[in-house]
Amino acid sequence: MSAPITETPLLTGKHSFSGITAKISGIAERKAPVPWYLALGAALSLLLVLFGSIGFLVFEGVGIWGVNNPVGWGWAIVNFVWWVGIGHAGTLISAILFLLRQRWRTSINRFAEAMTLFAISCALIFPGIHVGRMWLAYWMFPIPNQMGMWPNFRSPLLWDVFAVSTYFIASLLFWYTGLIPDLATFRDRAKIKIKKVIFGILAMGWRGGNRQWRHYELAYLILAGISTPLVLSVHSVVSTDFAVSIIPGWHTTIFPPYFVAGAIFSGFAMVVTLTIIARKIFNIGDIITVNHLEKMNKIILLTGSMVGYAYGIEFFIAWYSGNMYEQFTFINRAFGNYAWAYWIMIFCNVLVPQVFWFKRLRRSIPVMFIASIFINIGMWFERFVIVVSSLSRDFLPANWDYYSPSIWDISTFIGSFGLFFTLFLLFIRFLPMISMAEVKTVLPEADPHHGVAHSRPGGRHD
Amino acid sequence: MIKLPAGNVLGLLARFDSPAALVAAAEKVRDAGYKKFDCHSPFPIHSMDAAMGLKRSPLGWIVGLAAVVGASSGLGLQWFASTVDYPLVISGKPFFSFQAYVPVTFGVGVLLAATTALVGMLALNGLPRPFHPVFYAEQFSKASDDGFFVSIEADDPLFDEERTTQFLISIGGGNVEALCRD
Repeated sequence: MSAPITETPLLTGKHSFSGITAKISGIAERKAPVPWYLALGAALSLLLVLFGSIGFLVFEGVGIWGVNNPVGWGWAIVNFVWWVGIGHAGTLISAILFLLRQRWRTSINRFAEAMTLFAISCALIFPGIHVGRMWLAYWMFPIPNQMGMWPNFRSPLLWDVFAVSTYFIASLLFWYTGLIPDLATFRDRAKIKIKKVIFGILAMGWRGGNRQWRHYELAYLILAGISTPLVLSVHSVVSTDFAVSIIPGWHTTIFPPYFVAGAIFSGFAMVVTLTIIARKIFNIGDIITVNHLEKMNKIILLTGSMVGYAYGIEFFIAWYSGNMYEQFTFINRAFGNYAWAYWIMIFCNVLVPQVFWFKRLRRSIPVMFIASIFINIGMWFERFVIVVSSLSRDFLPANWDYYSPSIWDISTFIGSFGLFFTLFLLFIRFLPMISMAEVKTVLPEADPHHGVAHSRPGGRHD
Repeated sequence: MIKLPAGNVLGLLARFDSPAALVAAAEKVRDAGYKKFDCHSPFPIHSMDAAMGLKRSPLGWIVGLAAVVGASSGLGLQWFASTVDYPLVISGKPFFSFQAYVPVTFGVGVLLAATTALVGMLALNGLPRPFHPVFYAEQFSKASDDGFFVSIEADDPLFDEERTTQFLISIGGGNVEALCRD
């Protein structure tokens, strides 16, 4: 018999089932704190910037952006890839960590899944509006039409349509499935008629009977199982937008895993940024503890190092391939006219996460907050470097040009934060931002052997 | 909404203290031969399926079937569009270049499987169902907070208001309450 390994408790302080219900429901039941109103005001202002930018784009056309030959893909695709990447952390937390029985995920999964949904919503705007005549964007879908035409199923751009829309719908269903028991809690606690009706409809008449739980738990497990390949597949498909083309610097087999690692990296950085703000404003530091943040920082360190490795191996392969275009592209990335973007990327993505080797820095809220912001910036620049440096220096020097965004590129990107934060702030105000049913299961009292005479200390059984 | 006559007892509800007490109670209700009973808790309780004598949910088979149907229709759609209805030579590849069809096939398979997982779960649970006798009990709102309840429905063949009430008390149930519209 081996000595039991003691684990630090997942929640700090003393909690009871009803305490958790009251604490998390209370966030949505009490009057919102003043910072929430200020944040919502700022987010709505940015949302108006987004609407204005898109409105002018509809009126005038994509000529308002900085794109031109040879850089036909500018900020729109950079923003798309960046936002989709951010979503991946939520799916990893909700699906992969669930399958691996990482029970610390229960405090942050609802939050991270919501972030995924809102990030994909922001991402989906960009391919929708960049097509020029965006009222014809439905041509991307295989809908029988009077022209007798079908989309080209051999194009990575079409794979993208399917991958990202499937990702959005599957994430939404997974999120809603997880919400059902908590919506029932909100329904049962509702004091006013309108809340009773709305949460009554959303909870679908959930009774929490074990005859329901047994189907529910299997459904949740299945959704986790089918979302797991999505974590890997969606950004792999996004990377084929580049990798299937023949542009130097894009046409490489490393792209799918490299994009997936980068996506998880940036997504966790975004979860950390948002979590730090939310646990501060809503005073839930005992449910989302420093241990949770530390675990996320470890994943950031791991994936950040994978991304750094990918940057290195790209250079190696360019040299090893003996292909002069490939070699030129990479030397140009590091020392050409976009070198400033390249070194911002290296600093933010490779150097900054190395602070997490040190336990004290890994557990320091200010350090991780600043690091997570740097990583978000760095990952945006990664996509910028990939897209712009390759396109602006293609095979024919006569085509070369320097790409700069216009004011509309910038306003559309900034505006997309308005959409993201508006949705996020409404979510934390009106829905349970932490999964109450799941957090209750990590309390020792939730174990059916707890308090029974023959149980072992800690309520565990084997 | 069907208006039931007031005072008609539709079942009984009893409260227990803890997950451990609920599992023990479930075993006794099962052994007493009741079939139409349920154990309500704010979160799923480990080992409750065995205590209630329930089999594994068939949902896995249903979703598996949906995934196969989804993936085959995804592949079928691409085959039909690219070889029959709108054949187009793209960089000299064969019309049915299946390697390129993998991402969409996978996507449609996942889409149908995920939808079936949620819809199938709700269907197996008989949801959405806004009204149920247990909701007549005031204390039942605790079932989504910190309450652990056993409910036995009146259409169970063994149900007898008097005897079942005594039985629920004898296995340690508190606040035994008859479920009826008041």
